[in-house]
Parts: sequence; structure tokens; C-alpha cells
Amino acid sequence: MKVITEKINYNLLREVEEVSGQKVSACFQCGKCSGGCPVVWSMDVLPHQVLRYAQLGLVDELLHSKTLWICASCQTCDSRCPRNVDIPKVIEALRLIILRNKGGNYLHPNDLPARVRENAPQQGLVSAFRKYAK
Amino acid sequence: MKRIGVFICWCGSNIAATVDIDRVIAAAQKMSGVVYADQNKYTCSEIGQAMIKDAIKEYRLDRVVIGSCSPRMHENTFRKTVESAGLNPYYLEIANIREQCSWVHKDKEAGTAKAISLIRTAVAKAAMNEALFAAEMPITRRALVIGGGIAGIQAALDIADTGFEVDLVEREPSIGGRMAQLDKTFPTLDCSACILTPKMVDVAQHEKIKLITYAEVDKVEGYLGNFTVTIRSKARSVDLQKCIGCGECIAKCPSKVASEFEEGLVQRRAIYTPFPQAVPNKPAIDRAHCRFFTAGKCKVCQKVCPADAIDYEMADRLLTNQYGAIVVATGFDTHKLNNYGEYAYGKHPDVLTSLEFERLLNASGPTGGKILRPSDGKEPKTVAFIQCVGSRDKAKGNPYCAKICCMYTAKHAILLSEKVPGSKAFVFYIDVRTAGKDYEEFYTRAYEECGASYIKGNVSKVFPDGDKLLVRSVDVLSGALVELSVDMVVLAASVDARADAKELAQKLAVTVNAHKFFTEAHPKLRPVDTQTAGIFLAGMCQGPKDIPETVAQASAAAVKVAAIFSKQSLLGNPTVAEVEPKLCSGDLSCMAVCPYGAISEQVVEERRGREMVPRKIAQVNAALCQGCGACTVACRPGAINLKGFTNQQILAEVDAICL
Amino acid sequence: MRYSYYPGCTLKTRAKAYEDTALSTAKALGLSLTEIKEWQCCGALYPLNTDEIFSFFSPVRALLQTRAAGEDKLVTLCAGCYNVFKRTNKAVREDGELRRKINAYLEEDYMGEVDVVHYLEVLKNDVGFGSIAEKVKKRLTGRKLAPYYGCLLLKPRAEMDLDDVENPTIFENFLNALGATAVSYPYKTECCGSYLSMANEEIASAAVGRILNSAYKNGAEAFVVACPLCKYNLEEYQSELLAASKDPQLKLPVFYFTELLAEALAL
Repeated sequence: MKVITEKINYNLLREVEEVSGQKVSACFQCGKCSGGCPVVWSMDVLPHQVLRYAQLGLVDELLHSKTLWICASCQTCDSRCPRNVDIPKVIEALRLIILRNKGGNYLHPNDLPARVRENAPQQGLVSAFRKYAK
Repeated sequence: MKRIGVFICWCGSNIAATVDIDRVIAAAQKMSGVVYADQNKYTCSEIGQAMIKDAIKEYRLDRVVIGSCSPRMHENTFRKTVESAGLNPYYLEIANIREQCSWVHKDKEAGTAKAISLIRTAVAKAAMNEALFAAEMPITRRALVIGGGIAGIQAALDIADTGFEVDLVEREPSIGGRMAQLDKTFPTLDCSACILTPKMVDVAQHEKIKLITYAEVDKVEGYLGNFTVTIRSKARSVDLQKCIGCGECIAKCPSKVASEFEEGLVQRRAIYTPFPQAVPNKPAIDRAHCRFFTAGKCKVCQKVCPADAIDYEMADRLLTNQYGAIVVATGFDTHKLNNYGEYAYGKHPDVLTSLEFERLLNASGPTGGKILRPSDGKEPKTVAFIQCVGSRDKAKGNPYCAKICCMYTAKHAILLSEKVPGSKAFVFYIDVRTAGKDYEEFYTRAYEECGASYIKGNVSKVFPDGDKLLVRSVDVLSGALVELSVDMVVLAASVDARADAKELAQKLAVTVNAHKFFTEAHPKLRPVDTQTAGIFLAGMCQGPKDIPETVAQASAAAVKVAAIFSKQSLLGNPTVAEVEPKLCSGDLSCMAVCPYGAISEQVVEERRGREMVPRKIAQVNAALCQGCGACTVACRPGAINLKGFTNQQILAEVDAICL
Repeated sequence: MRYSYYPGCTLKTRAKAYEDTALSTAKALGLSLTEIKEWQCCGALYPLNTDEIFSFFSPVRALLQTRAAGEDKLVTLCAGCYNVFKRTNKAVREDGELRRKINAYLEEDYMGEVDVVHYLEVLKNDVGFGSIAEKVKKRLTGRKLAPYYGCLLLKPRAEMDLDDVENPTIFENFLNALGATAVSYPYKTECCGSYLSMANEEIASAAVGRILNSAYKNGAEAFVVACPLCKYNLEEYQSELLAASKDPQLKLPVFYFTELLAEALAL
């Protein structure tokens, strides 16, 4: 990873800030979000790094990260954030940038695991398709 | 007709670049009453001042208008200038054509027009300026210091050493404050008690210091040089004259309660001295927990006292004293951790605050200076120190930095390595701040020589796990996830202003900031003054600071007090409010808005027909009035004028600016 | 005591036992829960973006229905619905601009008049755990139950004020009222993986594994939940975790809190 002028995309950052209603510059990189995230171990970009990349304007990097699809919006991070940054909202905005483009869906009904079709509560299915498809 | 001189300053290019000085001079010369107008590159220079003095003599000027920087900068300079030329200093008027004109405009045309307008305004006012004279007030040369921690102790000693009397009031049974709770002090690791207790003894022995412990300030009236303060001396239930400090009573007392001094780690008795080196080393009865006061039976302490010093009948006493100046040194509270459930404080006995850990380090503490886990009494081999708990947290704590935690945690890491061989400290931080003499070196010692492992990451949660504590965080620098199993967790709890700081501020008529720390008069240039003349600040009550800063501030406050006491008398502020009795309707709206309590009601006898009829009107205490002018606005009949800023003068200015 | 009641999709199908026991216990406790008319799916998740408002309409319509029925409290059971309703209601109350936008699409203006409450809150505040304890016919003495809060009941901290986010106690107090023992374990508020189980099963499974181990290590015999999705995740991954752990004891059944209440009231 290298921060070079060509990679910095403040327009996309502004879009993220607008859609999320969050100010990424408020983050002072304490890492409390990443420390408490229950699924952080499976992420390629850690929650505090999401904000760091955003601060640097490296939004394109984030759009390629697995993290966007791993965050469960459990809101543990923002309930502890000393800077009042709602990271799930920032991640939601990034996700929407992808989902709102044609072919951006992450989950198709055919991809659902077998047991999900058998047993999953509607609550889970509706949640997943709201997060993973448009 | 007045003979007014106008002097326009260039302030180098500060004014001259945006204001056409020649045009301002030409315009001024045409203004009514102006007999002379001139300019100077730097009017505040000696040459500039000489020019004013010469012009006053040569042109027989009786009023002076200077167009320059804000009066906050050089009003005093120029008042002295005109005074030395034989004029009353209040004949001077300053038009601020820098901050309020040249600095805020780019267009020279607009800037010049505005400067002319401001000069015209000042000329109109100056024509009505009257000679004003400050009243002289006597001084009570005795100081009150509120709070007996290191700040109050230092301030009291320094004032007393200049030869003036000091009363030191402390709420607890002993002086000593927070510093008495500490073990070692950074960055030198000298023993806190070893450097504090000599000062405590000095206070007790100093002939100019009267120590009033177990007492609080009830009421403050008066003003600089003449405060009247009511102090509530709480019923100690122990006669300090009779008590010999033998401690028999304490040993036999059956009631136990969590010790505040030991941060609740152990219990004390209901009759107690907070710590072994207490000054005075004589106990007090905590009536809320005493068996006799709560259940009506016991009196064991009285039975065992060999000096007959126990007095259950003792009542609170109100002492009313006069003081010339007050130093506020009331210290701080540690932040309550109710909002930090993620750290399991109060859920697991081996999660401690830093101040509790400090007591474990201290030889007079509950473990005799050994670092032992409260849960099982074993030595912890691994300790996680979590920084910024409640600090820099605008969501659920204090948004500010508590300033001392980085350094005391480095100290704790160093002391841990010394006291528990083979142990390991993990310090979880957001930033390490070591701005202070020899501080960076001290921090370096913690990680380079004492093996502390510094991890940049705010711990998210502490999971109790059997007899271990699992600390989950992230190392922000490497992006590595951190899950450490440790024996003890120490939380660097933030510092708060005292819970009752606002109440005290109201009594003193001083202000507090959003976090209830007392506000200094100017953050840079008047850091120990308050907005109320004669009241000064020292230590944590003004904002987070360490011991060296606290001591420096306390000494500074002492000099401020001594400077007041060294004067023969005090000169009042002549720009005070004045009531015209004939116009005063007596509805006293002015009294309600006065922030200084300077307005009171008086009854005058007036002739009505043949009778003398009493009528209430407002009266201003010139010594208390700070000249803010709130009353003049509140007064509906226009009966109050602020001298130097009379209604007529303000209206003349408005007329002039509207031309 | 009368309430409007919003069941939500899952309660009518997969979580029928949750609804049945909630309604039967409510009846036994003298509570009248009336299902609102023509309700729709609440959307399952509260919208986290600022540029969509259609997802607010369904919950706001349900709140309007409550008001039209003359009730001032809307009771929910599913933690997902509760989260959506509570946050929507708060947003409508506090965000004038959002309220104006939503109301522009609705026949009637909603101003936030209705209170959103979880059935657990009704039990605690309106009935009282003490009063429930008195009504218990069959005390659950000796049952070691792990309260599992999940996320949606409690978070975000600033919006859901059901209980302390980090150390909630409402489930514990409820279980104590039934005579059961509430097991203390540090993972009671750690996320179970939520909807990740629909697309990233291995992540949800690992999240469940930690919760399961922690509860088991601290002596739990079963979980108590208020969320159908938590129940699904906790149940689905147990068998494979069980196979991996070689510890047959690890099987911890998952109960809705209302099932335990029904049992204790001998319904």
C-alpha cells in the first residue's frame, strides 16, 4: 500500500461522509473499535483502518475490502467510540456505493446455505438482503 | 468649547496598509472641537508619546483622541502619557482602528471611511469626557487559602513567608490532599511523603499560618482588600486542645467504613485520622458512621480517651473573618467509572484505578507497599495499564486530556519492574504525552530499561477469565489484534473538577468552565487570576496539571496576594456606576442584573408637601462595582450612568457614527 | 394494562413459540396485548444511511396504528423489531427535518407520541419482577441459565436505553424472579454474528463458538434470548462445534425468555 496523489479521492470521501452522516476526521485512531469488534479477526481492513484509509482519501482501497461484507452492524464499536464516530454507518455508506452500481450485489438467493433455507428466521434473511443486495 | 487633539497611529503597516492616514487626518481636522491632528508610525513608542505631550502643551489641548490598536493594548500607556502632560487620564479616548478596522478589511477605501467614522465617534465622546478619580480603599492584610493540598500548602507558606497572615481552610481532618496519597513522584521518583510532610509540618508550625481543618467556606462577601468570609468549622467531636493524639480511641472504635484515603481498599474506623503523618495528627468522628451517632449507644472512644477530649455535644461553629485576598486551591476528584462497564471495574477485584494501585505501592498502604492482587493476595506478574479512561472521550467521559496519566503510568511501570522481579507491564495508550522537563527521558526509561511494553491501542474490553483477565485491543501501529491474559488491570481514570466546584464558584462570584474547572482571567497572561479582583487560583481546581505546575502556580498566586498586601491602600476603578437619586424609581431591576452584588437598596427621606416620606432607591457600592454596565441597560428611567460611559456619551457616539 | 402489539414476520413463523408464550403469559399476568392491524415487515434493520427514508414508513405506520387504536405503548418481542421501532421513534421525536420528510409521504402526521417498549420492559416496569416472583407457580430452582443479550436490545448506547450496554442486568433480574440461577459470563453481550450466518457462516460460527464456550465454562445449562436470529445462530452452529470439541456436554438449548416465564407460571 502506498499513498500517492493519484489514489487520493476526496470526492468519494465526501460522498461517504454525506451518505453516512459521519465525520471521519473526528477519529484519532485509538483502535478501541477494532479491539472490541467481535468479527475483527476475519477482516482484511480493521475498523480503525477503515477510518484511517478514509481520512487519507483512499476510498477505492476500501471498496475492495472484505471488511465491508463482514461488519455485522452490531454497533459495539460506536457504543464505545470516544469520538462519537459511528463506524457501521461509514461501512454502510461504502457498501451502498457498491450496491447501488449495476451488478454490485454481494448475495444472491441461490447462494444461501441449505440450512438457511430450511431454518433461518425471516429476520435474518431480510437483514442479509438489505445489507448485501439492492 | 473643548480643544481636542487627534493622533492617528500607523502601527507600521498594520493600520497604514488598509487606512489612508492622510485622509483620516484631513477629515479629523474638520471635526467639531478638533484643534490639532497628527500622525505617527508607532504612537506607543517614546517618540510617539513625546509628540502627544508636546502637542498638549503647544496647542493647549484638553481632550485627546488616539486612533490606534485596541484599548486593551495601550490604554494604560496613553493614560499615563496624558497624565504626565497634566491632564486627567480619563480625558483620553481611544478609537480602535486596528482590530476593529484595518485588520478586518481588505479594501482601503472602505477601511479609510470606517476609520474616519470611528475617529468621529471617539471625538464626539471625548468632548464629553469628565475628569474621574479613583477612590482609595483600605486593605485587610490577611489571606484565606481554601484547600490544604500541595497547592494550598505552598500558597499559604509563600504568603506567610512574606510576613502576612494566612488562614488555611481544609475540608478533611488533615491537610495533605492528593499528594499525601501518592507513593513516588515523577520524574525523579522521590517519595511523595518525604517532600510533602516537611511542608505540612511547616504549615503547622508557621506563626503566620492559622490552620482550620475539618472546615468549609460557607459564605463570601465583600471585595478585593475587604472580603468577609464565613467558615463552617464542622463538629469534629474531638477537642483539639485536649487531644494528645495517642490513638487509643481509634484502636478501640468498633465501627468500620471504607477508607477514603486508601481509596476504599481497606476500612478505617468511624473515629479516625486519615493517615499516619496527618496534620493535625488528631482524630475526628465521622458521625454518619459512628455507632453512638447512628444507634445512640457506644461511647467507647470517650471511655478510653485519657485526655477527656471526646465531645459528642460539639456543634458546627461559624467563624466570620476578614480577608484581603483569597487563594482557591480545592483540587480535583478522580473520574467515576460508571460509564466504563467494558473494563469490569467493580466487577473484578483485580481491576484497579491508578490511585488504588498507588496505594498498593505505598509503604503505609494496605499491603505495606507490596504489589498484591486484591483477589488472592498474590503478586501479579503481568499488569495491563489502560490509559485515557474517561479522558479524551467526548462520548461518555471528559473531552479533555487529564495530563498526568501518561507520566504516572510510566512511573507505575517502572515501580512494578522494581517491586516485582520478572514482571511485565503492558501500557495501552492512544498518545504518550511527555511535555515537561525530564519527562521524555523518564518515559524512555520505562520502556527501554524497565521492560514496559507500550501498545498503541485503546483497550476495548476486559474479560474476566478465571483468575486471569483477558484484555482485548489492537496494536494500531502494526494492525495486529491483541488478546493478552494478565493478572491485573490498572485504569488511568481521568480527573474531574470537584463535584461542588460550581457551588464554591457561586459563593466566590468567580466562573467555571464547561467542566467546572475555575476559569482564569486570561489563559496566557493572567493564569492565576480570576475575573474577580483579589481571588486567585492554584492547582488542579483550575485545570489538570502535575505537581511542579501546581507548586509554581501556587507560588505565583502567593506573589499576587503579597503584591496586593504590599500596597498602602488600593485604588478603586473610577469607571463605576452612579445612581441619580432623583430619577431612580426604586424598582431595583439593576440589583437583579448586577453580577457583583454591588447594588443595594437604600431608603432616602424625601419631602413631599410638608411631610418627609421614605422612598427606596438603588445605591452602588463603588468598591464592588466592576463597571460592566449591565445596570445601566436594565434601568428603565435611565437613572444609572456608568462614569466614563454615560448614556449621553454613548448617544453622542451613536449620533456621530450615524452621520 | 393495555398495549398495542407488533409481532413482526418471524414471530408468525419460525418464532411461533416466542409469540405463543408471550401472549399466554401476558394473559396470565392480566396484560392486554392487541395486535395492530395491517402491519408490514419493519425492515429488520434500522437504516444506517442518511439518504433513504422509505424504510421508515413501515415502522411509522405501525406507530400511527397504535395511536389510532388509542394506545400509547407499542410492545415488541423480536429484538430486531424492537431496535428498529425504538430508534425510528427516537429519530422522529428528535430530528425535525426527518420527521417533516416522513410525514410528507403519510396521510397523517406522526410526532412520536407513542412509546416503544419491549415485553421484557413491560414485565419489569409495569408488572414488576417482584410481582412476577409472587405469581410463579413452579419455581425454576436449580436451573443454571445464561442470559444472552446480543446486540439489538442494547445498542447503540445512545439510542436504546433498555439497560447498561456493557453490564446489563434486566435478564438476570428476570431469571432470579423465576427462581432460576443467572450464570455470569463475560460474553453475554458479544455479537453472535447476526445476519452473517446468511452469507458468511464460518464467521458467525466462530462468534457463536466463543459465546458458547464462555457460557459453558461458567456453568450454564441453557441460553435465554429475546431475538429469533440470536436463537438461530446459537442453535445452528452448536452441533458442528460440538463435533469439533469432543465434549458432549456442550449442548446448550436456547430458550426465549417467554418460554421460561410460561413454564414458571405453569401455563
